[in-house]
Amino acid sequence: MKYFEDIAVGARIAVGSHTFKADEIKAFAVRFDPQPFHMDESAAENSHFGALCASGWHSAVVWMRLMVDYRRRMMEAARARGEPVAAMGPALSVRELKWLKPVYVDDTIDYASEVIEARVSKSRPGVGLLSIYSTGVNQRGETVLSFISTTFVERRPVTS
Amino acid sequence: MHHEMSRKLHWEDFQAGAVTVYGPRLVTREEIVAFATEFDPQPMHLDETAARATILGGLAASGWHSCCLLMRMIADGFVNKSHSLGAPGVDEVRWLKPLRPNTRVRVRATVLETRASKSRPDFGFVKCLFEMLDEQGAVLTTLTSPLMVARRAAGARQ
Repeated sequence: MKYFEDIAVGARIAVGSHTFKADEIKAFAVRFDPQPFHMDESAAENSHFGALCASGWHSAVVWMRLMVDYRRRMMEAARARGEPVAAMGPALSVRELKWLKPVYVDDTIDYASEVIEARVSKSRPGVGLLSIYSTGVNQRGETVLSFISTTFVERRPVTS
Repeated sequence: MHHEMSRKLHWEDFQAGAVTVYGPRLVTREEIVAFATEFDPQPMHLDETAARATILGGLAASGWHSCCLLMRMIADGFVNKSHSLGAPGVDEVRWLKPLRPNTRVRVRATVLETRASKSRPDFGFVKCLFEMLDEQGAVLTTLTSPLMVARRAAGARQ
């Protein structure tokens, strides 16, 4: 895993993709977002969405899971090469989170993330802050969600 | 059924400046670890020893977990008692302090502004600031979002 100094603004990664099944859409909604159009097909058909669709929080947390899995693969590869592994996270904030289109049953969302800003933390000199623009695109090429997160990443240790 | 529906809140029922508090809800270690295992399996959300070596300094909930808990608390609190049409997004989420295991959280909702939709006469926006608070009243997370709520009378300014 790269240190703050190794990460270039503009670097873009394919985070992964996920197909949203009816059962998991409903199970998530029952726990965290129990609105009728996320839990019940007939209620959803009678709503402005027209069909059962995932909670926007569900489509966002699936990005987080895929990102953690991606980072883990990168860390394992770095360790296998005998390279040091920089700590990353947690995030400080998310802004401009947009749910642009509903995520319907059996939609496959392809997530990508791009570093748009990198700066050193004023309060914590040992860490950098990355602003990351992430998107989810469905199988019809429509962007369904986008957001900007700001997260901590470890700086390269000073060696004497 | 009609009477049940008609008791639900419309856009016109929300007033800028209104403040309501929802909860409390106890957030357990088990649910923090369960959420993280499923959606955010980073050491700081899974394991006390590993978490101590991170910026969080100890086990804490995923920030996304806080958002999801907040969503659940406002769904029970007022969203499902309104003619809600969901939300187009979230302006900003700030994770100010870690949410630790066995914290009893509340959510303070403040209506920042209400405005009609320019393109759609049948609903309006209710922009809210949501703050997740711990027992001492410290703000752990803030979230600002414009909710869409159906209007009682399409196009009429009440």
